[in-house]
Amino acid sequence: MGDNLLSLILFTPLIGVLVLLFIPGRMKDAVRWWANISAVAGFLVSLPLIMNFDKSLDGYQFVERINWIPALGVQYLIGVDGISVLMVMLTTFMGMLAIFSSWDSINDKVKEYYAMFLLQQVGMIGVFISLDFMLFYVFWELVLVPMYFIIGVWGGPRKLYAAIKFFLYTLAGGVLMLLGIITLYLQHIAQTGVATFEVTQLMNTQMPMWMEQLVFWSFFLGFAIKVPMFPFHTWLPDAHTEAPTAGSVILAAVLLKMGAYGFIRFSLPLLPNASADRTIVNVLVVLSLIGIIYGALVSLMQQDWKKLVAYSSVSHLGFCTLGIFALNEQGIAGSVIQQINHGISTGMLFLIVGVIYERRHTREIKEYGGLAHVMPNYAIVFAFAMLSSAGLPLLNGFIGEFTILQAAFQANMAWGAFAVTGVIFGAAYLLWLYQRTMLGEVTNEKNKGLKDLNWKEWAVFLPLMAWAIAIGVYPKPYFDILEKPVAAIVERVNGPKAPVNAAVIELKKTEAR
Amino acid sequence: MSSFYTATDHFVLLPALLLALFACATLLFDFWVFPESQRRKHLVWFVLMGEVFASVAYFRQHMFLSQHGGELQAFGGSLVVDQFALYFHWIFVASTVIAVIMSYKYFEVRDEHHGEYYGLLLLAQCGMYFLASGNELVVLFVGLETMALTFYVLVGLLKRDQRSNEAALKYFLLGALSSGLLVYGFSLLYGMSGSTKLREIGAAVASRDSGDTVLFLAVATILAGLLFKIAAAPFHMWAPDTYEGAPTVVTAYLAAASKAASLALMLRILLGPLASSRDVWMPILAGAALLSMTIGNIAAVTQTNTKRLLAYSSINHAGYILLGIVAGNQTGIQGVLIYTMVYVFMTLGAFLVLTVLCRDTTTGEDINDLHGLMRRSPAHAIWMLIFLLSLAGIPPTAGFIGKYFIFLSLIETGHYWLAAAAAVYVAVAIYYYFRIVKSMFVDKEETEMPALSLSLGTRVALAATGAMTLGIGIYPEPFVKFAQQTLR
Repeated sequence: MGDNLLSLILFTPLIGVLVLLFIPGRMKDAVRWWANISAVAGFLVSLPLIMNFDKSLDGYQFVERINWIPALGVQYLIGVDGISVLMVMLTTFMGMLAIFSSWDSINDKVKEYYAMFLLQQVGMIGVFISLDFMLFYVFWELVLVPMYFIIGVWGGPRKLYAAIKFFLYTLAGGVLMLLGIITLYLQHIAQTGVATFEVTQLMNTQMPMWMEQLVFWSFFLGFAIKVPMFPFHTWLPDAHTEAPTAGSVILAAVLLKMGAYGFIRFSLPLLPNASADRTIVNVLVVLSLIGIIYGALVSLMQQDWKKLVAYSSVSHLGFCTLGIFALNEQGIAGSVIQQINHGISTGMLFLIVGVIYERRHTREIKEYGGLAHVMPNYAIVFAFAMLSSAGLPLLNGFIGEFTILQAAFQANMAWGAFAVTGVIFGAAYLLWLYQRTMLGEVTNEKNKGLKDLNWKEWAVFLPLMAWAIAIGVYPKPYFDILEKPVAAIVERVNGPKAPVNAAVIELKKTEAR
Repeated sequence: MSSFYTATDHFVLLPALLLALFACATLLFDFWVFPESQRRKHLVWFVLMGEVFASVAYFRQHMFLSQHGGELQAFGGSLVVDQFALYFHWIFVASTVIAVIMSYKYFEVRDEHHGEYYGLLLLAQCGMYFLASGNELVVLFVGLETMALTFYVLVGLLKRDQRSNEAALKYFLLGALSSGLLVYGFSLLYGMSGSTKLREIGAAVASRDSGDTVLFLAVATILAGLLFKIAAAPFHMWAPDTYEGAPTVVTAYLAAASKAASLALMLRILLGPLASSRDVWMPILAGAALLSMTIGNIAAVTQTNTKRLLAYSSINHAGYILLGIVAGNQTGIQGVLIYTMVYVFMTLGAFLVLTVLCRDTTTGEDINDLHGLMRRSPAHAIWMLIFLLSLAGIPPTAGFIGKYFIFLSLIETGHYWLAAAAAVYVAVAIYYYFRIVKSMFVDKEETEMPALSLSLGTRVALAATGAMTLGIGIYPEPFVKFAQQTLR
């Protein structure tokens, strides 16, 4: 299975969908069982990937290449480096948990729901493993349709508005990105006479600066809308708030990462001169900083629990893009780790909102208060998720944020100073949320009889908590696996620098102090 | 005179002859040969047989060309069969076959019986033959009128339906005007060159400088006529009313085949005799393309009638196709060819789903008639979703390949702003296509909806159009090759 491992990972959910089509829709439990089996299988087949991945090698591994459309120069070319391996693992893992978490909450059109979810898994995995730009684009767009349905059919009261807004925003960005891809492709043909969308070959393209910048901005529109960076974030609170719980989890944990991943995989290596351009870096960093602070401030004043978490995503993703455009090893490695952390912690926060929403069917913060008395286990899990999200040392969030801050300070003191305020605000809105919902006396009669977490909910939270602790206590494997690819990217943008492990060593020194 | 009707002439003309013969025979057999009770079924089979005959003739031409290369000329160069013409002939055959199959159930449900309908379809296809193969102004014009006249009748086929009558009249009046403009332009071309042969006209046009007033007038009037035929702005006004009023099967045929045929004519003229005056027509086409996309997209947003919505979307598609001609390089023309083929299949497919919804109690035309289709018939809802995604240009459907080539050619020729506008309009288009999707997948039907009108024919046609829409999208290689070879 070694040769076709990536294809197997990619198509396992698709096989799940195809079989699912033959299960009658009224047999809801059979559908649920099969969807969960497919998702677990999807995760299990991705395990050999991380186990057999050799982090000491440069370049891509598990590469598969089929000439798909020779007339256009499009190949089915997939492969992974350290960055994509982590993203694929995040996708299969979160997908499995999200699908399991929908067991009780989705009772309408169950079959269609799981079909969409599994289809979306295919698209997301495809995005992270494509090494052919056109293939990447196909998967990129493929993700939109299932998400539209997940929000639009199973979502909250303003679901249709949120769904179409999500679709229009990301599609517009995507198509403009396509124009940039085509420009790059044509430039490559003009120079080498070879028609190909293969990313590693496109890297050899030389472009005049104005054109490189034009292409950069076109990629920027595609990726920044997806991340989303300020001021393109307005679709996110709507989509997050209206989506069903599992949809929000996947949206936050994986879908947004496609944008940040796009910056790392495509913008930086393909357009190194534009990416290192002072103006462009300044614009992107300023937008990231605005995102960090604005997202946190808006979170502070939300009345809606889920919307608060949604805006916190804007803030956290601001850290990710800040890390990327600090353009040093710590920054990019920190950004990838922060992406995973955000997936875990924000995924948990959305699940936590989902748990209470299942019981009370309201997300108004003022409806709650003193829940810790009624649901002690729930309060513990929430506290854990909150601290992980706020960046408490020994939990995952700390590693990511700290590395990014370090990178930001290294690049420019002012950037770091502004970003730090985001951490403070982040702690503020989370702690205040916890205080308002969990602590104090039970003020609302309706909250008195609420049931604590059941085993299914525990089953979703425990693996996430375990992963959060694992990253927080021992992040070295993550830095190790990221070392080679990140160094390659930074070298391409800036010229050679110290390896990423130095960051880890430095980090440990700082901790010891 | 032995050179008057040679074997080559016959070989070239044969498909058109067959189509015309079968058309006449259909009219005759309708009330004479076929038994009353089986008549409708016999008619359909008979027409399909005619298509098989025509296809065999096309296939032999195809084989001849692929062996000997070059082109076949007949009647002193008035008719020409080359790869380009054959490409369109195959599109016409496919769309006529699908239209015929669709019609059987549709007219049964509407309780209308018109033997002449099938004859007219074949006659229209015969006119299209001359549009794609004509190489001389008179032949082209006669072909265009043959097609247009049959369509005027087809659009007004539902005599008892007021909208159908209105649509026919509107289409006829505006169509006559546009034909007049076109033929006026043709007469100017004749005046400039003293010949009706496209080649000789080309030489005469090339000798004029691009600021020439007569040339500009000729180009402008010809373009006005052609833009009308492909329903591009600012000559699109007839489209929404005609599409809405015509029987849905005729709308589908009109939107797909008639537009393809008019594009064949457009390419023949613009890339043939008028190729040297590209500087004159290119800005006009670029303006028309932008206007078509703008009007098509913006007007479609508020439509509640699905057929009108698709009419505006077809105006929008005309804009995209024109952009390929604006780019004008090899990729651009290839893009036009691929886009046309893709457009034909996805449009036929989308209208096919609408005909399935049509019952005696409902026309299936209101966007609300699609409510809950996912629950009533998941297969049709999913097919429709695929057609709509393709119309919007989302990979991996065929529509994406078409749009890709248009973008590619625009960027290749440095039209960055046109490319950006075309890209932004993709996102606008998704908004109204997804109103239909929402209606099918999210909204619940308020009242009990009648069952779908299904037959083996509609299933086969749906599977065929769907397979093409997905097939071209997922594995475009052979189709791209086919289009490339056409231009060689």
